[in-house]
Formats: sequence, structure tokens, C-alpha cells
Amino acid sequence: MVLVSGNECPTLAYHMSRTKPTWLNRATASVLICIKEVPAAVMREPKSEQKAGFRLMSSSDNESLYAAREPVFPRRVKGPFRTFKWWIMAVTLGIYYLTPWIRWDRGPELPDQAVLVDMAGRRFFFFWIEIWPHEFYFVAGLLIMAGLGLFLFTSALGRVWCGYACPQTVWTDLFILVERWIEGDRNARVRLWNAKWDIRKARLRLTKWVIWLLIAVATGGAWVFYFTDAPTLLRDLLIFDAHPIAYTTIAILTATTFLFGGFFREQICIYACPWPRIQAAMMDEDTITVAYREWRGEPRGKHRKAEGAELLGDCIDCSACVVVCPMGIDIRDGQQMECITCGLCIDACDDVMDRIGKPRGLVDYIALTDEVAEREGKPPRAIWKHILRPRTVLYTVLWSGVGIALVVALFMRHEIDVTVAPIRNPTFVTMSDGSIRNSYDVRLLNKHGEARTFRLSLKGDPALRVQLEGSPYESVEVPANQQLLQRVYVVAPRNSDPARSDRTEFRFWVEDLTNGERVFNDTVFNGNAQ
Amino acid sequence: MSKTPDDKHEVETTGHVWDGIEEYNNPLPRWWLWTFYGTIAWGLLYTIAYPAWPLIREATPGLLGYSTRAIVAEDIAEVSARNAGINERLANVELAAIGDDTELLTYARNAGAAIFRANCSQCHGSGAAGVQASGYPNLLDDDWLWGGTIDDIAWTIAHGIRNEQSPDSHWSQMPAFGELLETEEIGQLVAYVQQISGQEHDAAMATPGAVLFDEQCSSCHGIEGMGDPVIGAPNLTDAIWLYGGSEERLTESITYSRFGVMPAWSEEFRPAGGLSPYEINALAAYVHGLGGGE
Repeated sequence: MVLVSGNECPTLAYHMSRTKPTWLNRATASVLICIKEVPAAVMREPKSEQKAGFRLMSSSDNESLYAAREPVFPRRVKGPFRTFKWWIMAVTLGIYYLTPWIRWDRGPELPDQAVLVDMAGRRFFFFWIEIWPHEFYFVAGLLIMAGLGLFLFTSALGRVWCGYACPQTVWTDLFILVERWIEGDRNARVRLWNAKWDIRKARLRLTKWVIWLLIAVATGGAWVFYFTDAPTLLRDLLIFDAHPIAYTTIAILTATTFLFGGFFREQICIYACPWPRIQAAMMDEDTITVAYREWRGEPRGKHRKAEGAELLGDCIDCSACVVVCPMGIDIRDGQQMECITCGLCIDACDDVMDRIGKPRGLVDYIALTDEVAEREGKPPRAIWKHILRPRTVLYTVLWSGVGIALVVALFMRHEIDVTVAPIRNPTFVTMSDGSIRNSYDVRLLNKHGEARTFRLSLKGDPALRVQLEGSPYESVEVPANQQLLQRVYVVAPRNSDPARSDRTEFRFWVEDLTNGERVFNDTVFNGNAQ
Repeated sequence: MSKTPDDKHEVETTGHVWDGIEEYNNPLPRWWLWTFYGTIAWGLLYTIAYPAWPLIREATPGLLGYSTRAIVAEDIAEVSARNAGINERLANVELAAIGDDTELLTYARNAGAAIFRANCSQCHGSGAAGVQASGYPNLLDDDWLWGGTIDDIAWTIAHGIRNEQSPDSHWSQMPAFGELLETEEIGQLVAYVQQISGQEHDAAMATPGAVLFDEQCSSCHGIEGMGDPVIGAPNLTDAIWLYGGSEERLTESITYSRFGVMPAWSEEFRPAGGLSPYEINALAAYVHGLGGGE
């Protein structure tokens, strides 16, 4: 990649931010790449040229591209967004940890685990749905829906995925909860961080790490339960009799959970994750995102009783929004790359505004067009008007279209299936009576929980006859939940049309004799054209 | 490594400029360098631990004694040990009744397919369709020179055809009639053979050909020309020809005769590369199941 000169690029970003706040413009996507080393890329005018200059040039000042992590100690906060996040955490983690333990009776032949990715048996079980390998397009469809869903949510609500539902966010939240529980709230944690190592610090740290590790083991453990019968695997794991792959998987996921949730935290979002960069290209002027109403808050000031206090804005510079931020940023610097729009600063600021008797919403979910409108003294548009726009409607239509197609496909599936592979080596065999015989590998699929008898017939030239290899009959029994490979011969009598022509198309019909369900497969008969 | 930037806080550039955008010449990040050194160290240690450096005869063996050949040999030994039981069953099975044991039949056909690809496909083709121009029989059809029951096939595989290895190999020989008959007579025979096999023919030629056939050919091929699998005499009335049924090919066959051979495959007669009894049974089950077995 061509690295753009530091002087060029941040200046560009800076100018763009001064002339018109374009942090959400599509162009910003490319700019973001080059301002990666500038953690708090400024949306609005920075406090001073000096500071901006320092920040922008910092990487070239000491020639180091490495910046040590500034530890973040988020303070506890209460409010609707925090409550919402607790609920999301409870629901998502609950689903993740408990799903493998749900049982679902499918009869004696099949596993009774409700959600199971059975690699060895090449099946995916999801409650009453059973996906076979040849139906993998359902998984592809779900992935497309997940992609379109992210487009929809990002264009409408910004990084709502990052702020609420992303596993990195959820587990980090859980780890911070444990941290707060063991070591105390922000101030206590900062003191402990700065304290010299002694018995107390070691005890607290060890307790915290052990609990983190237990959560991490449970996380890795829950993952493997999706791939085999959970109760059996748990027993095998405990008596050290499980497959090494299970232990390895748990070990890797334990390590990543422990490190990502406990130590890397916001660095994963800032440095490792590609999604935030993609999101920047999907946001526009109507996207709802977290922003500080600078025109209302500035100039900020603490001393409300001092002289000239009437000139101050609503922001009392209490830093409540800063200390609760899990990403360690100041939202008042403007929308920035690190912000995952979790809304905790909104909760913190609203609490302060309530206490000092000012209206809520100094930090709020607003769109860029609202900012322009409010600066001109006009009222902001309603949230739903931002959300409902052609772009989001299009995403919704596409998303629903794929979803409906999948549901329709799901209900149109046959319980039986047939695929036909003509044998090409040789294409035909001349029999002693002069008839011409073709061979086909016919795969008969029976998804029923019981053995079924399938009858094979063909539709096409009346001269063609079907014979099953090793059987005088036209029907064959296919065991429950299995695919049977049956060699089938099709014979054309001497001098009949198909025997003398190069290719004759015909159709194999397979009928389930139990319920009369029929499926077909088109193929070709090769004759001796000479 | 670039030089320390000067007082103007300017970073050294490579001098490359595109549309006014310059390219930095920054040093590589530390983590990157250490990772790079790490890979070099890893590479060196790897070549010491594993077979790596090519010498004149073979590569350095490596301290860990790792060998892919040894692993393959182990795997083969493991699979052979696992299959020993079923191979024993296959070696002693009553072939005509192998169809009663579905598991054994499936195993035999799969094993036979592998053995066929390794030993037989060179002549009979990977699809077992033979090569008519060279007289390699098609094993997919229902015409068998030496019998098409599974036991007949097993015998033919074990002892071969017209070889010196097995005293019991199938043996038959048609005289080269070019030394015995006139060219015109051979033409008449050809016409007659075309007639009894239902092909277009010259009726005027076929009538004297019938007399000649009765005198010269019927002792082996039968009065009707139906052949005899006991002595390997081909059936001349069907649509299948080992060497082709055209006028030209028939004239060639009658004039010069044919002498196709097949080796005896039993290890009894081929100490090197022969097949064991279970392998012959597997091969017989596979060939018998190709679509023409009787």
C-alpha cells in the first residue's frame, strides 16, 4: 500500500473537517486509512492548532509508529442504554451458552440435540430443520442476509452492531463487570493500577484473572458443544477422554476470549477489526450516530458561579462522558473512528444534565443533517424519518427478499432426492444381442427417519428400458437418512432410434412408494451413431 | 533504515511522487522486524529438525527422524491389520454365493476396483471397455470367451490366457487359414460369417461360404457358429467382436489368426507382483459386477 505523506493526508482530513463536517462522507473511508495513526481524528475544529499539529505530526516526531496503550477504566453508569446493553448481553450470552443443551426428539436414528453441526454425519440440525450438504445454499443465504442486515443497520443506525451486539463488545462488557466487582469502580481501579505490587494487588489481580479464565473456558467450551452431542462431550471432557481437537479448540478460544476481553479490548476494534473501516463507507448524512451538541455545550466551563458564567454553554466539563467510555475517547472531540456508539456517554451526560437542571441530550443519538439544522436554529427531524429513506428501504427489501426466498425454498424441499451421473467411460456398451446399454450412477436420497422403497422409471423414447444393477426389480429400498448409490442400466434394443442416434435425452423419475412423492433428473442416452 | 528527520519534523521520503503525494520511507515497525527475525530462526531450526538440505544421495535426515515414507508405511500396515479379518473371509469365500454377504460383496467390489486400476486397466482400460483394435476384451458386455460366471472369471484371472506361466492357463489356437485356403474362399467365409451375425453381406458369396464353414470352422465354432466357452471359441452370431466384425477385420482374423494373451495373475505363478487369493476374488467380484457377469 502506498503510504500517503503525513503532511498531506491529515491536513486534508483537517480541512475537510473545518469546511464542512464530512466525517460520514463516503470519501472519508479513504481518508480514514491514512489517519489511522491519529487516534482522535477531529470532526470539528480542535481546541488549538498547536494540539492538532502535535497530534497529526506525532508519528513523525519521534519516528515511532508504535503507541503504547492508554489503559481505560470505564466508570459504572446507569441509564436506558446501559440497561438495554445488560439485556442484550443476557440474551446473547444466554443463547450462546445454553443452546447446545436444548434437546429435540428426532427419533432413534438421529441426534436429539436441537442445534447441531454434525461434521462427521454431514448434517446441520436446527430444531425441526435439517440441512444436508447439497443444501448448503441455505447457509450461503443466511450469510447474505447477515451481510445485508449489517448494511441496513449500519446505514440507519451507524455502528449499532459494534456498540451492542458484537461479541467483542459483549464479552469485554462482561469482563469489565467482573473487574469492577473484584477491584471496585474506576477510581479504585486507577489506584490499583498505579499501586506497587503487594499481597492485596496480587490477590485482586489473581482473583480477577481466574474468573476471566473461567468465563473464557466456558466460552470455548460452549463452542465445541455445537459440533457434537453436548452431554456426551461434557462427560468426555471431564474424564479427559474427548478428542484432542475439542481440547485444542477450547484452548484457542479460551486464550482469545481471555486476551481479547481482558487485555486487548478496544484495541481489537481500533487496530484489528476491518468492520469499522467498512462501516465508514456505509454511513451517510442521515445515519443516526452518537454526537455532542457542541453548539449547545460550548464554551464549556466548570465554574458556574464565577463571573461571566452566563456566557458558558451547557457543558460543565465534568468528564462524565469521558470516564464511562469503554473506548477511552472524548465524544466532545466529535465523531471519531474509535467510537462504537454504545450510548454510555449519553446515559452519563443525561444523568448530569438532570442534576444541574438542564435539558437532556447534550450528548445524543443524532444525524449529521440534524447538526446542520440545529446550528441554524431549526428543529431536528424525527428519528424514524432519518431511518426511513430509499437506501434503508432498499436494504430491507433485499434482506426480506432473500429471507422469503429461503423460507419458500425450505418448504419446497423434497424429502427425497435423486442425482444422476452418466458413466462416460465408455459412453455405451454393445451387448451380444446388438442392443446398446448405458450405465448411470444414480444417487437416491431418503431424508425420512425410516427406510423407504423408491421406484425408478424413465420418460423419454419408448424404446428405452431401465434395469437396476444386481436386481430384477425396478424398485430399491433406501435406508433411513441415507444416500444410496445404485448403478442403473438403460438399454435400447438393436436398431431402435436411441441405439442409432448420438444422443437421446430422457428423464429419470423416482417415486417414493409410501406417499407417492416424485422427483426427477434429466440426463442423456448415448447411442452408437455409426 | 531512514535517517533521523531534520528539525522541520519532516520524514524522509523515498523520493517517489505521484500527483504531489510523496511516499514515506519509514523504518519497519519493531514487531514486524522481530517477527521477521523469528521466521528466519524458525526456518533454520526447521531445517535442523526435519529433512531438508539435499545432499548427493539423499537429504539430511533431520534430528526428529521424520519421514513421510515411514508414515505412509505405518498407515498401510495399520489399514492392512484392520482389513486382515475381512480379507481372510474373502480369500475363503464360496464365490458363487458372495452375493449373500452384502458387506463382503461391497468390500470385494471396492477392493477389486482398486486392484483393477493398478493391474488391469493398462490393457482393458480404466472403464474396463477394452480396446477392440488391439483385441483387449470389453469386460462390460455379456459375451465371455471363457465363461462369465464369477468362478470362470476368477479362474481366468488366476491362470491367464495362452501363457507359459500357468500349466492350467486357457489355451486355444485357430489356424491361420491364409495358409490353407484360397483368398476367394476366405472371402466366401467372411460373407457367411457376416450373414450369421446379421450384418449386410454378399449372398452369392455366403452360400459357398456356408459349406466351407461346415468343413473348416464348425468343429470349434459349432455348426450354428455359436462358439464354445469351454475351448474359448467365440460366438460368431452375436454383435460383439473381439477384433472387429467388419469385412476387412474378419478377413484379417481368418487369414492370419489371432493370438491374444493374458498373464497368469495368481502369486502362485508370479512370485513378483502376483495377486493373493483374496485379491483375485475381489477382482472377480468387481469384474463380475461390471454389468455382464452371468
